[in-house]
Amino acid sequence: AMAGIGALSGNKPDNTAFTQQRLPAWQPLLSAGTALPLFFCAGLACLAVGLGLHFSSDTIRELELDYTGAPGSGHNCSRCANASLAGAGGCTCSLRFELPERFPGPVCLYYQLSNYYQNHRRYSVSRDDRQLSGDASGLSNPATECSPFRTDPRGIPIAPCGAIANSLFNDTFALYHLANGTFYPVPLDNRGISWWTDSNIKFSNPELINGSLETAFKGTTKPPNWPHAAYMLDMGNLNNTGFINEDFIVWMRTAALPTFRKLYRRVHEGNFSSGLPQGTYRLDITYNYPVLSFQGTKKVIFSTVSWMGGKNPFLGIVYLIFGSACILTGFVMLAVHIKFQKQNQMDVE
Amino acid sequence: MFRWSINRFCAGEEKRVGTRTVFVGHRPVSETDAYVEQKFCDNRIVSSKYTVWNFLPKNLFEQFRRIANFYFLIIFLVQVIVDTPTSPVTSGLPLFFVIIVTAIKQGYEDWLRHRADKEVNKSSVFIVENAKQVKKHSEKIKVGDIVEVKADETFPCDLIFLASSNDDGICYVTTASLDGESNFKTHYAVRDTTGLRTDDDIDSLTATIECEQPQPDLYKFVGRINIYRSNQEPVARSLGPENLLLKGSTLKNTKKIYGVAVYTGMETKMALNYQGKSQKRSAVEKSINAFLIVYLCILVSKATVCTTLKYIWQSNPFNDEPWYNQKTIKERDTFQILRMFTDFLSFMVLFNFIIPVSMYVTVEMQKFLGSFFIAWDKEMYDEEIKEGALVNTSDLNEELGQVEYVFTDKTGTLTENSMKFIECCIDGHKYKAGISEVDGFSHTDGPLKYYGKAEKCREELFLRALCLCHTVQIKEGDNVDGLRVNQERWTYISSSPDEIALVKGAKKYGFTFLGHEADYMKVQNQKNEIEKYQLLHVLNFDPVRRRMSVVVKTSTGKFLLFCKGADSSIFPRVQRDEIQQTKVHVERNAMDGYRTLCVAFKELTQEDYKKINDQLSEAKMALQDREEKMARIFDDIEADMHLIGATAVEDRLQEHAAETIEALQTAGMKVWVLTGDKMETAKSTCYASRLFQTNTELLELTTKMMGDSDRKEERLHELLLEYHKKLLQDFPQNSGKLKRSWTVSQEYGLIIDGSTLSLILNPSQDSSSSNYKSIFLQICLKCTSVLCCRMAPLQKAQIVRMVKNSKGNPITLSIGDGANDVSMILEAHVGIGIKGKEGRQAARNSDYAVPKFKHLRKLLLAHGHLYYVRIAHLVQYFFYKNLCFILPQFLYQFFCGFSQQPLYDAAYLTMYNICFTSLPILAYSLLEQHINIETLTSDPRLYMKISDNAMLQWKPFLYWTCLGAFEGLVFFFGVYFLFQNSSLEDNGKVFGNWTFGTIVFTVLVFTVTLKLALDTRFWTWMNHFVIWGSLAFYVFFSFFWGGIIWPFLKQQRMYFVFAHMVTSVSTWLAIVLLIFISLFPEILLVVFKNAKRKNYQEHPLSSCSLKLPAITVFLGMNKTVPFNLPMLLSYKSMENGYTSEMKLEDAVTNLTQRCHLRIPQMQQL
Repeated sequence: AMAGIGALSGNKPDNTAFTQQRLPAWQPLLSAGTALPLFFCAGLACLAVGLGLHFSSDTIRELELDYTGAPGSGHNCSRCANASLAGAGGCTCSLRFELPERFPGPVCLYYQLSNYYQNHRRYSVSRDDRQLSGDASGLSNPATECSPFRTDPRGIPIAPCGAIANSLFNDTFALYHLANGTFYPVPLDNRGISWWTDSNIKFSNPELINGSLETAFKGTTKPPNWPHAAYMLDMGNLNNTGFINEDFIVWMRTAALPTFRKLYRRVHEGNFSSGLPQGTYRLDITYNYPVLSFQGTKKVIFSTVSWMGGKNPFLGIVYLIFGSACILTGFVMLAVHIKFQKQNQMDVE
Repeated sequence: MFRWSINRFCAGEEKRVGTRTVFVGHRPVSETDAYVEQKFCDNRIVSSKYTVWNFLPKNLFEQFRRIANFYFLIIFLVQVIVDTPTSPVTSGLPLFFVIIVTAIKQGYEDWLRHRADKEVNKSSVFIVENAKQVKKHSEKIKVGDIVEVKADETFPCDLIFLASSNDDGICYVTTASLDGESNFKTHYAVRDTTGLRTDDDIDSLTATIECEQPQPDLYKFVGRINIYRSNQEPVARSLGPENLLLKGSTLKNTKKIYGVAVYTGMETKMALNYQGKSQKRSAVEKSINAFLIVYLCILVSKATVCTTLKYIWQSNPFNDEPWYNQKTIKERDTFQILRMFTDFLSFMVLFNFIIPVSMYVTVEMQKFLGSFFIAWDKEMYDEEIKEGALVNTSDLNEELGQVEYVFTDKTGTLTENSMKFIECCIDGHKYKAGISEVDGFSHTDGPLKYYGKAEKCREELFLRALCLCHTVQIKEGDNVDGLRVNQERWTYISSSPDEIALVKGAKKYGFTFLGHEADYMKVQNQKNEIEKYQLLHVLNFDPVRRRMSVVVKTSTGKFLLFCKGADSSIFPRVQRDEIQQTKVHVERNAMDGYRTLCVAFKELTQEDYKKINDQLSEAKMALQDREEKMARIFDDIEADMHLIGATAVEDRLQEHAAETIEALQTAGMKVWVLTGDKMETAKSTCYASRLFQTNTELLELTTKMMGDSDRKEERLHELLLEYHKKLLQDFPQNSGKLKRSWTVSQEYGLIIDGSTLSLILNPSQDSSSSNYKSIFLQICLKCTSVLCCRMAPLQKAQIVRMVKNSKGNPITLSIGDGANDVSMILEAHVGIGIKGKEGRQAARNSDYAVPKFKHLRKLLLAHGHLYYVRIAHLVQYFFYKNLCFILPQFLYQFFCGFSQQPLYDAAYLTMYNICFTSLPILAYSLLEQHINIETLTSDPRLYMKISDNAMLQWKPFLYWTCLGAFEGLVFFFGVYFLFQNSSLEDNGKVFGNWTFGTIVFTVLVFTVTLKLALDTRFWTWMNHFVIWGSLAFYVFFSFFWGGIIWPFLKQQRMYFVFAHMVTSVSTWLAIVLLIFISLFPEILLVVFKNAKRKNYQEHPLSSCSLKLPAITVFLGMNKTVPFNLPMLLSYKSMENGYTSEMKLEDAVTNLTQRCHLRIPQMQQL
């Protein structure tokens, strides 16, 4: 539906390249001739990248320790697991394990949960970023999305509110290295495990009142599952307590899939700055976090990192497969091309 | 053009029946009769749709009547009401955008209409009230007002002409803006009022006018004026179209006129004529709707699957409500059923993006902008008429690429309609003008060749007849430059070029028509004397009678009737013995392709004339059935005449008409010629224009074949069965698939004439008639070309309708230039008007208008093909890109507990269709030329590649859908496996769900854009700009969107997500890999297709190119089609199109046969 175009075309149409649809144009044609080198080049490049990735992934050392302690597994932590099923926390258990080879530093310590739906919509909206940025009104009046962890039954606002914060992962780990018959603690660094922009900009504590964070949090209450309030997350360290506690921030970045790992600590200090030597270790776990109720598992993962991040064989393999496929197609195409050319020559004769 | 809204504003609507009575000057006719003011609508023209007040509600209402818009409104409302995963903004914003854009466009158009209306309504007019002139706005004119109009002014409403400044009560009018005819038409005032030439006089008139209620036919008007004089019986005079001055026409060569308003405002003939043309919808639009339904089904099933699985999954209590993720109180309290329903709605909302909102806007924009290229096309600009192509509707651009049947008019369409007097015959003697004739108005005293000679008095009678029997007028030349070229001071103008040719022809023999003077026609005879004839009556030409007559009185007082017309209409009305000698000539001339007219005369006695005069005046007075009565009287008058001779006028074929027809046929179209002309003439034109080849076997269904007997119908049925059998034998596997095949088997042509057609379509006895109708249709469809001659305008439309509604609903195109083609132009899927010499009605009612028939070639083969490919690609691409957009979102539900968690951020959901991926496809759909325009025009067979809506069939649709599904799977599972270890940064930090979505989205945007880049074969700087620009914009936007804490957002989900994503090398590698994998099958397919084509293109094409010598020569490019023609994936593979083996000898014989085109016609007859 429109008015007549060209009604005014009494005057001669413009003779421009555009109006006459004659704009200079590049007209590529994806023929076998142009595609063949492309396929070979792309194939070779993919193979090269694939080999690089595969090699890198192979050099990454990774050790997984499952400490869920499912009943009947005879695991060291079964006792604690049972306790957690009963609702009790604060149970500790230890794992002894061997590192078969040296893990070059820095070694990252992850915890991994499975069958845990951090990406469930009801869960992932249950937070208040305004509150977490230290906004005073967010503290006194959390967003409705936080419900049912918005206020406690008495109506006192929860800080930090919401299901994510309430379910903060609260197992703790301590690592000991057996050297000369004694277990020496391995220093675990909890700094720099979250995104810099998160811990410095997106998350921030409410403004201190008289230099006290506790006062700043006055009028709020702790999330129901927490043993203590947010400002007591890292008592001694004002830069790592409250909303800017890095463990908390890491937890608040909701995972994409129901099985996920999160960075817990790094080993890169003291005697272990060059990595974890081969040998026997002991991991002391404070088992607080119940996962059996939803058939989840808990793992601790020691992993070295490279330029490509953690161990990920998938990328390298797919690159290798795709590269080979490219080259293979290239050859097939070459054969077809030659066959057709011969046929054409015969036709010409 | 303007579309006038329905005249519901008019009060007169209810009483449309019967007649209306108008009191001239609002004066009651007598004291006794109470003057009742009748209510008519005022003279306000309202072409606008909206006012300031109702624009918003009315426009919104109209927009939401569209299914897509309504659907999105519903989605939006669901989002507002129900707790849904995405904010209402995500679907509200695109909808808002679409609505606003459309509203602005429509508002602007309406504002233009308002402005135009205002200009018309506020223009000042002079109304005579109480013997004084009152200046008023045009909109204030009421029915019954006496209006004064001065020279070169347009009439403000439909007026009955009362008096002019001329004594004789004549005024001249041009209707150029109504029907494009620029000649001056003469209008007459009723004799009794011509004397009222001043304001006082006119004010003294007491009269009523009875006339029919308004009707749109510009050339029909029936009315009566009753003039009351004191103490006298009222005088009644008939009123016809010659008394009616139409709004929109302009007064010329007359100082001023008085007229009384009879139809005003929305009831004027002009307003009634512009009322809604029926909306034509293209086949592409139907395909879109079909695809839409498929996607709607996909959407609903996705939502159903997710809802079902959700509740199955949730039947496990620890999945339903684990300790870390407790339900809100509201959620607990809702009923299960209601919860399921809202869940279903939420899933619908989440996946609703699969139905592309922006597609409609893009399609509309593409059509609107794209149609400019037709109007801009220099090659379709005609230097002679100084005009280019005209686009009246942009909705049908792509339909131009789908045409299967072309119905063309002959005169003025295939031929030039510039008539040249060739020869004449008088009493069987042939007179032929010298060949040295110049097509000007010069005196040619050159030698005339005589082939025997008729008596001198007969010659003169014949030439006088030519000089008198016509409606030609003389137009004074413009002496703009002061240069007065003596010979060309005046020119003949007429609505029929034949008449001009005849008058010019008579001039060559020494009789010159000098024009009208009052009632007299002046003729200069061979002795340079001026003869004067009083013109008494003109029995106008009409296509039914196919003749016209004049009755004149000579200076000696003799009454003469001259009649000229088609032989078929003249021969039965003259003495039988006179026919034979002339008939020979007429038939030979017709065979040569000339238009022949027979001239006859009759002398009337005084009594005869008186009788005729009375009859005619009486008939003219009739209010009802005037035309029929007139026709009956004309029939009576034009009887027992004497044949004098016949004329032959050549109507040359338009340049390249033959090549164009050949190209259209090569392109798989069937060309039918529908003409009102004689069979012989039409047939020879068909041979000349290569519609019929020498080897075409002609099947005739004509009156000649039927004979005169009463057994006509039986004979017809016999013939039909016979032809049907013949055709069945030739095409044994009667699959109906033969159309568009490029076979060299016997070609058949069918000739049918109007009377036979009406026998078939409207049989006398209704027994088994429909059976014959279908047999006839089958015969028609099997013939390569069909010629229908002697067609009335409505029959033309009937034929078009018949084919249009036949099996498979082929796309039809009608092309014509005259008013008689309007009905078929309106009937066909695509109507093309030729801006011809027979006025502008065809062009005005058409969808597209071109100056010449040859322009059809480029219009269809190049523009049509390109538009089709562009829009088909656009549609498929839109569905594809939204499928692979939403599929990952659907798959993600399996990994987030069917919780309707969106995979992408709201901004991405919103911007995907309106910002990131919209411009490249728009640019593609405007600029793409996958094959050069030159190649498309020179190789018509390429047109077959897109026939039958090839690119929008289910197969290509399935291909695109599979491609979209494949890519969606690659996107999602690629990133899924990558995220098996989510620590992708080199410092071991992990990525969350928003990074997951962003990676998928980045791959998506890049893949979808690069896929288009792969499809683009014509990279202008604009394509480069929008494709790379869109990608750059996406990257820029992502940084920007993630770079700021947005105060209006509740959750800062995207904060630095994109920036973190790009710091990870693994992510980079994964993105590149996934893009490659997604595009790999497409690249592979294209390469293989191209390789295969390259192979088989070499020999069949070179042999086939022999078959198109005329075209290659005509285009002046002898190059064969380049080898590396890219072919679209969804192009049809034409097995019998390209691989049909044609023997070389065949091609050569074919070629030679065509070189001698004019010879075989003789053999055929």
